[in-house]
Amino acid sequence: MQVSDGTDHAIDVRKAVKRYGDFTALKSITLSIRDNEFFTLLGPSGCGKTTLLRMIAGFEDVTEGEIFLFGDEIENLPPNKRPVNTVFQNYALFPHMNVLENVCFGLEMLGRGKAEARRRAGEILEMVQLSQFSERKPSQLSGGQQQRVALARALAPQPKVLLLDEPLSALDLKLRKAMQLELKHLQRETGITFIFVTHDQEEALTMSDRIAVMSAGEVQQLGEARDIYERPENRFVADFIGETNLIDVTVKAKDGSRVLCAFDNGLTLTCDAVPGIGVGQSGHMSIRPERMKLHQEMIEAENFRARVIENVYVGTDVQSILGLDGGMRLTVRTQNSDRGKARIFEPGSDVFVDVEFGSARLLAH
Amino acid sequence: MAGGAAGGGGTQGDTYKEARTWLLLPTWVTLSILVLVPVLLMLVYSFLTKEFRGGVIWEFTFAAYDQFFCDRGLFGDEPCSIEWTYLNIFWRSIWQAGLATILSLVIGFPTAYFIATRPARVRPLWVFLITIPYWVNLLIRTVSMRFMLREEGPLNNFLVWSGIADAPLQMINTNFAVQIGLFYSYLPFMVLPIYAAVERYNFSLSEAAADLYASKWTTLRRIVLPAVRPGVIAGCILVFVPSLGAFLAPDLLGGAKNFMIGSLIEEQFKGNAGNWPFGAAASMILLSMVLVILMIYARQQARAGGEER
Amino acid sequence: MSRARFDVKSYPGFVQLTVLCLLILYLPLMVVAVYSFNASASIVNWEGFSLRWYADVFTGPESAKFKLAARNSFIIAITAATVATAIATLAATAMIRGGRFRLRVLSLGLISLPLMVPEIVTAVATLIFFNTIGFERGTLTILLAHIAFCIPFAYLPISARMQGIEDTYEQAALDLYATKRQAFTRVLLPLMMPGIVSGYLLAFIISLDDFIITNFVKGAGVETLPTAIFGAVKQGLKPNIMAISTMLVGFSIIMVTVSYFVGKKDN
Repeated sequence: MQVSDGTDHAIDVRKAVKRYGDFTALKSITLSIRDNEFFTLLGPSGCGKTTLLRMIAGFEDVTEGEIFLFGDEIENLPPNKRPVNTVFQNYALFPHMNVLENVCFGLEMLGRGKAEARRRAGEILEMVQLSQFSERKPSQLSGGQQQRVALARALAPQPKVLLLDEPLSALDLKLRKAMQLELKHLQRETGITFIFVTHDQEEALTMSDRIAVMSAGEVQQLGEARDIYERPENRFVADFIGETNLIDVTVKAKDGSRVLCAFDNGLTLTCDAVPGIGVGQSGHMSIRPERMKLHQEMIEAENFRARVIENVYVGTDVQSILGLDGGMRLTVRTQNSDRGKARIFEPGSDVFVDVEFGSARLLAH
Repeated sequence: MAGGAAGGGGTQGDTYKEARTWLLLPTWVTLSILVLVPVLLMLVYSFLTKEFRGGVIWEFTFAAYDQFFCDRGLFGDEPCSIEWTYLNIFWRSIWQAGLATILSLVIGFPTAYFIATRPARVRPLWVFLITIPYWVNLLIRTVSMRFMLREEGPLNNFLVWSGIADAPLQMINTNFAVQIGLFYSYLPFMVLPIYAAVERYNFSLSEAAADLYASKWTTLRRIVLPAVRPGVIAGCILVFVPSLGAFLAPDLLGGAKNFMIGSLIEEQFKGNAGNWPFGAAASMILLSMVLVILMIYARQQARAGGEER
Repeated sequence: MSRARFDVKSYPGFVQLTVLCLLILYLPLMVVAVYSFNASASIVNWEGFSLRWYADVFTGPESAKFKLAARNSFIIAITAATVATAIATLAATAMIRGGRFRLRVLSLGLISLPLMVPEIVTAVATLIFFNTIGFERGTLTILLAHIAFCIPFAYLPISARMQGIEDTYEQAALDLYATKRQAFTRVLLPLMMPGIVSGYLLAFIISLDDFIITNFVKGAGVETLPTAIFGAVKQGLKPNIMAISTMLVGFSIIMVTVSYFVGKKDN
């Protein structure tokens, strides 16, 4: 992944604010999206991700701030003057036009000749494998096919940036998985910057080059999928992305880049120091369930004692609920295939918990 | 989204908000000039002096309202005592419209209920069947009713033939005929809103009532009726209001004796009376009555809507 | 007898009342339709099937009067419905796609005004208006009055249809470089078409059927079908009136049926 030098940004959002009356939907967002990037805006409903996308598309005006598209300021242009196209959540395929007419629409509006529009539409339909359906009406297509028509329609005018507003949410799980790969493939093939909005963290992790996790109108963290999952910067991100154990802790001592944290029940664990939480201050600790192992005996000095309360079989894994001193609960996941190496203990057994080095993350409130 | 039926509903986006003034301008111009201004002008006319054989003299007077409410004796010089002629006509109109409304409710409620409990697939067809007569020319329907109720008409023939009546009954040119005519004119208006309400009704409430030992009729009275009340009220208003100002049914079925407001007003403009200010005043009184009813209804709707939220 | 069935939904007698309701609604029209095929010149006796009175409508002594009235009626209905539908389509676009604005409620009130004011009152008011401005009563006054009261009837199905169309369709069009005008003509208008056709047909029937307002604002000598029928009925019910009525009823039913199926299409 090349490092951005600041000149190849497809989209630059600078201090963008969106207010509806007294309600602030977006609180001064600044972010840059690189050219050729698959960029995802991820967050729960109401976090402002769709608002931001619609501001880039031109459907919402920007209360304050600027938006640049390859260096050109666009926030005052109407949507039909912006060289970006959108794949809508419900596709918004024109029901009175057939597939070909839908795909040609944008090209015709741009003043391309009918013949050229048809040629280009044919190409793009070929690319999404829908050539044989070009005479059909959208209502005669399956959900997955409609989805691909929507993609073809938005890609046909060769936009500089493609915006996708939760385009997969209406599909069933299997189809969604297949479309995720197809989208990723399409993005690489066309070299167009994709901005993808979703509330599904798994989808975001699978497809994105970079992810902006949003909540309450703010970007909580921006980074590559791995960063976001493994090095969450705050409690919200740790909690929202994947499953985790969140434990209230107090920092007891500091030794170089490591700190010693104490749980409420007195147990201690060391982890990387983070700026903003000094000795004596409290914070949260996030430990992913799959980053802990259970042993019969203590094998590391920091292992702590727990009792298995319940095992829940979840297919690929077994999820063990552990009880610690002081009524604390922890969830640990053990892969089923690991059975040989990592034992699964019966409920009631006393065990030692081994936290993988570097996987306990200290977080600010 | 089903709630806004009465008011034309909510918005769906603002794509054309810049153009909305221009888009609405033709409506504003047309309806202001052709409906709003004329109604205001009618209010003005009701305070003008009548010219014989139609028209007005532009001189302000209360004469029209005075004629309506005050009996000043044969020579018009006595102090005001209540004039009953026109109040009686208004009262008769209210009475006739009320009876027609009750009749419509008695037939219309079971019909609406029955349709709403049909399978969802065939319901639109039933509704369509009820709607068709509304779109058939009101004049022709009233004439058909006149034909039915005639002394030698099919209904009397049937009654005599079946032995229900010994001799043909005098039905045409009676109050009864007017009620039947009004009922027949506006029955679809009763069925449709009640139907809409019953269709939205959650029938597991009826099952719950039955489960808790309520009889069928108790369930209808205590559970179904309160739930569909807004529809019933809407239906009653939709029948009562047009019945009140009806002209065709009293004119074609009631004969000269069974005058209603509509006939009284028509008489001032088209008939022999030729008293325009008086006709305008009677129209204003009718309009005020209707607007009061609609306002009470709107307020109640707003309150009911507030409770839902 | 079959086993007792406990259906909490059904009530005894409701079926019978429904049948009675339909009987009341349809029987008078059907009886008139049957009698319009009566060979007899009297409306009392049945003397066998004949198309005599239908022939009479077109060629009889009164045929010229009725033909002229029918011509007036159709010209007025077509013109009034066309103008009212155009006005209502624009109004619906502003009301449903214009966001929230202060005059919205007021506009809605204005549009539904002809529905709220009793017809006879509208008739009186319109007559007074034309009289005051010195507009001579005739076909034009009828037409203007019809345009006004047809607007809400055209507006209701059009706005209902438009509410069912999500605004993402226009947004998609704008996103694909269409101007707002193009988005309207190329996307919104075709999608609204079933509502517009429905509204047009309803406005057309309402105009064709109107008697009270027409009766007030028509000039001397100008007749539409309803006023001509009313005048004739006042002279006494004759079989040729029944034939005209039956044709008009049949026409209305066809129009409403078409409107019903157009409205149902792709909904």
